[in-house]
Amino acid sequence: MTTTTTAPMLEARHLVKTFNAVRALDDLSITIAAGEVTAIVGDNGAGKSTLVRCLTGVHSPDDGEILFKGEPAKLSSPEDARSFGVETVYQELGLVEDLTVWQNLYLNRELTKPIPLLGILDRKGMIDKSSEILERLDVNVPSVRTTVRRMSGGQRQSIAIARAVTWGESLVIMDEPTAALGVRETAAVERLIHSLRDQGVTVLLISHDLDQVMRVSDTVVALRRGRAVAHRAVGDVNGDQLVGLITGTISGDD
Amino acid sequence: MSRASTGRPAADPDSTDDGGKQSRRIDASMLAELAAPLALVLVWLAFFIATPDFLTTDNISDLLVASSILVVLALGQQFAVVVAGIDLSVGANLPWAAALLGYTVSHGHSMAIGVAAALLGGLLVGLVNGFLIGYLGMVDFIVTLGTLSVVSGITLLLTQGNTVAVSSNFLQSIALDGAGPVRWFWLIALVGALGTAFLLFRMRIGTHLLAVGGNAEGARGTGIPARRVRMYAYAGSGLLCGLAGVMLVARNGGADPSLQTNYLLSSIAAVVLGGSSLFGGKASVLGSVTGAVLLTSLVNGFTILGISQYYQPIAVGAVVLMSALLARVRE
Repeated sequence: MTTTTTAPMLEARHLVKTFNAVRALDDLSITIAAGEVTAIVGDNGAGKSTLVRCLTGVHSPDDGEILFKGEPAKLSSPEDARSFGVETVYQELGLVEDLTVWQNLYLNRELTKPIPLLGILDRKGMIDKSSEILERLDVNVPSVRTTVRRMSGGQRQSIAIARAVTWGESLVIMDEPTAALGVRETAAVERLIHSLRDQGVTVLLISHDLDQVMRVSDTVVALRRGRAVAHRAVGDVNGDQLVGLITGTISGDD
Repeated sequence: MSRASTGRPAADPDSTDDGGKQSRRIDASMLAELAAPLALVLVWLAFFIATPDFLTTDNISDLLVASSILVVLALGQQFAVVVAGIDLSVGANLPWAAALLGYTVSHGHSMAIGVAAALLGGLLVGLVNGFLIGYLGMVDFIVTLGTLSVVSGITLLLTQGNTVAVSSNFLQSIALDGAGPVRWFWLIALVGALGTAFLLFRMRIGTHLLAVGGNAEGARGTGIPARRVRMYAYAGSGLLCGLAGVMLVARNGGADPSLQTNYLLSSIAAVVLGGSSLFGGKASVLGSVTGAVLLTSLVNGFTILGISQYYQPIAVGAVVLMSALLARVRE
């Protein structure tokens, strides 16, 4: 576990979520330290997606509590999660292909001119700031004025991540961010995740790719049958042990 | 594995260096953007060669006046199309708004109240469409087909099926006069077009309309109230339909309650000709305007040339099919 004295960015305690007879989350507890990349690994049906949906306000857990920076948080809608500064990058990107990069970065957070009610766009402001955002994150696109349709898969994913990082002040959740990408593009996205960590962004990464988890994360949490069976610093675990924790051949902490 | 995408065939594998492909795509999309204006120039040129009576100041002036109603309708249709929808109720909403104007004025109310009734009546139909489609999630095609029929019936009940003559100097002067060579009808259409363009491309709501049309799920993911945005789109279509209804009364000197299928089909055709995608998320105001002028030009030119009016729908249909082919090639 981390040695920081400050409260973790997010703490979920004893979450339970049942769908009909299936206990998708069964007394699951997890801690996400601030400024770290925490990875969640687990087999299909281990509860990864349900956990993400609970943390993003899509589902409400039946029992248990979620704390942000030590304060109890009630997440009953995606808007609630967003208001806590949680942004999610989904597998199917939320980008609008026929809008430009800057329009996508500022989607529903448009800068407007100081004329009340009309909502007249401050295009120049958004274009300039978009370039700054992408430059700071070292994301390469030809121009922020090009439409996303003209971008490669890796560029799109990087833009989606950049958007989440820009608005997710406390936590950025990435659900299989490289599942649809080729080798080179995956490497680019992993570089981006690295640089996020260097900048102190708190990331929760859901990934099937254990090598990737070992490469980019600080802490890894293994889920099995709706429970978090192990929290490990990445330095204290190897790939084989992770597989064992996921499949159950190695028993976890409890 | 299914590619992470928004449901459309995204033609990019994992390669980033598609420089050649990229520039070709820019050319193709620019061509599509300019297809309607280019076609308009070609059609005008063809009629100019065919007859000396086409490209005269008087004829073009009248042609543009005749186009104005369709331009306003096409701008309304553009709102429905941009959110990946369609508004078939235009065919009934137009005579409905006209009938409301005729009814209020013929019952002794002022012209201002009559115009307000037409605009609000059109808006109301749009709001009903938008509510059913946006909030209840009903299929746009069926909803507007249903309201097309319902509103048409209500209009017939209101008017007992009779055309109401509206004699008003104000309306007459709108249809016939102008400021110098600039006709009032052009100005109405121009203001409508500029307003639509400003709303779509310079205002927050416009970005949200484009986003909901392009990727409703993604838009919702950023917190955009997609249902409300859809309702706004149909409300916009209804309001512009009301405005077109006022123009129709001004031009005809009365309110005809019968269904305007020709205007309905032409409004959709104009938007398609203009290069907007029926799958939503893309809008071209210039395209829709020139599409409307192009369709009207065909009818106008055929009339001057004395070609049987039975050929006109064939020519209009052929142009629309050609634009659909162009859109296919563009993909």
